[in-house]
Amino acid sequence: MKSKSHIADTHKYNFNYENRVVLKNSGIIDPENIEEYIGVGGYKAWEKVLTQMKPMEVVEEVKVSGLLGRGGAAFPAGLKWSFTAPLKAEQKYIVINADEGEPGTFKDRLIMEGDPHKLLEGTMIAAYAVGASKSYIYIRGEYTLCISRLKKAIVQANEYGILGENIFDSGFNHEIEIKIGAGAYVCGEETALIESMEGNRGTPRSKPPFPGVEGAWHKPTVVNNVETIANVSAIINNGADWYKTLGVEGCYGTKVYTIMGDVELPGLCEAEMGTSLRTIINKYGGGMKNGKQFKAALVGGAAGVFLSNEMLDVKMDFNTLKEYEAVLGSGAILVMNEDVDIVEMLWSVIRFFRHESCGKCNPCSNGTTVLYNLIDKIRKGKGKEADLDELIRISEAMFLTSFCALGQSPLMPIKSAINNFKEDFLTKIK
Amino acid sequence: MYEDILKKYSPEKENLISILHDIQNSDPQNYVSEEAVQEVSEYLNVPLSHIHGVLTFYTMYSTKPRGKNIIRLCESPPCFLKGSENILKKLCEILNVEVGETTEDGIFTLELCACLGVCGNAPAMMINEDVYGNLTEKKVEQIIIDIKGRA
Repeated sequence: MKSKSHIADTHKYNFNYENRVVLKNSGIIDPENIEEYIGVGGYKAWEKVLTQMKPMEVVEEVKVSGLLGRGGAAFPAGLKWSFTAPLKAEQKYIVINADEGEPGTFKDRLIMEGDPHKLLEGTMIAAYAVGASKSYIYIRGEYTLCISRLKKAIVQANEYGILGENIFDSGFNHEIEIKIGAGAYVCGEETALIESMEGNRGTPRSKPPFPGVEGAWHKPTVVNNVETIANVSAIINNGADWYKTLGVEGCYGTKVYTIMGDVELPGLCEAEMGTSLRTIINKYGGGMKNGKQFKAALVGGAAGVFLSNEMLDVKMDFNTLKEYEAVLGSGAILVMNEDVDIVEMLWSVIRFFRHESCGKCNPCSNGTTVLYNLIDKIRKGKGKEADLDELIRISEAMFLTSFCALGQSPLMPIKSAINNFKEDFLTKIK
Repeated sequence: MYEDILKKYSPEKENLISILHDIQNSDPQNYVSEEAVQEVSEYLNVPLSHIHGVLTFYTMYSTKPRGKNIIRLCESPPCFLKGSENILKKLCEILNVEVGETTEDGIFTLELCACLGVCGNAPAMMINEDVYGNLTEKKVEQIIIDIKGRA
């Protein structure tokens, strides 16, 4: 598959600012050459688990490390594995969720493009831990370079006997296959992703049963995000105790943030959990573009939260943000300057949800349209103050009644936009 | 007609999405025709209704003929913040089409899409499998001229 980028890299950036775990090799080794990965210690963790560790010891190590899922929901990865590992089943699967679609999020793309073998290594370790002989990596169809690099990486790993049968004489067999999406945000939801993998419309399934018990083709299936899995080899190599020296209490390790909008150096950075928004903007994002004033940041993508300048010094980690009724989500940070109208931005967010609602349940498919009509009316200067309450009331109802996280998501951006930037709305209402 | 594509895959429903991608990519008009749906249905032993359901669910597929090059401009919040609406206006103007339409010469179809994951270079678009970022009105004009020149 041919793919090229027409994006000129004009930025000069000092990587030494960052404490990289996930992106340690990205931009340093040739991602299309397995020997370069092996040369920097790659597949050592894989060899270690196969030759020295029992599956439950691997589960335990990841559990103790406190690694939280990086897809947005922050579910403890080791705990997730521990549900599936003891199950007796003729077939279990690992599924890597690489259907990165949250607006403003491109961390998984850069992990896959920059270090595909790291994702494979983590996947294999997860597979060994839970006893899965087959894994799937579900990549969104737009990520053509990720698809070609991972396909190449799988071929190389098979050639080197790192994948395949009786790996390192351990008796463990493993196969990894790529599945491709076709453009649907809802497929980032794990059960919708499984439906799509099976060749269906990507609509979510009822939970329980959770995929860990009954997932792909009704077999126990662990679904993990790319970034989560990209942490695993470092945890195995250096130990859970080392991992817990990074980040903050209860939220360990690093986070790959994508920072964009009105900053000087948009892009991605890897920083320890708990780094403040101010530090991320100034140190890694190069500060506000053209010296403008900071107004807001949409953190966590469309399903995220509009933060005001009062939140600039709050620690950015899953737990601390929860205390402020905010979310870290996927780690996307869209920075807006003083000139930006939050009504316009919220309109764009709601338009996104209206488009991506899958149509399975009424609260979401109708709700997103009603929300869109309301915000569109406000945007055009035809709204009333009561419409603001209505936006919150409807999104709250959607939160309570929608089938999956998609319909539950509009509440957070709507509530935070209206509460933190009410002036912008009142100006339009008059 | 589509044997070459079908024989690359085992006849299992799980391959449907990849098969539809391959068929669409092989079609000069970038779509999945009714004949193709029939053939896939027989090969996979999956009802026509199921295939239509899948085809119309995912935004990357089209059941109607399209242009030789598919322009997919991102309209998600990060690109919106960086002026994707102006880029859209410019594209509509130089191509003389509305969103979803194909140019008279059949060279371009203009579509909108959700986040492409290149937000550090917003506003962005994809044309076929190539990504273009940091778009300006001037830049898109040149991109269109360049592709037309190659057509």
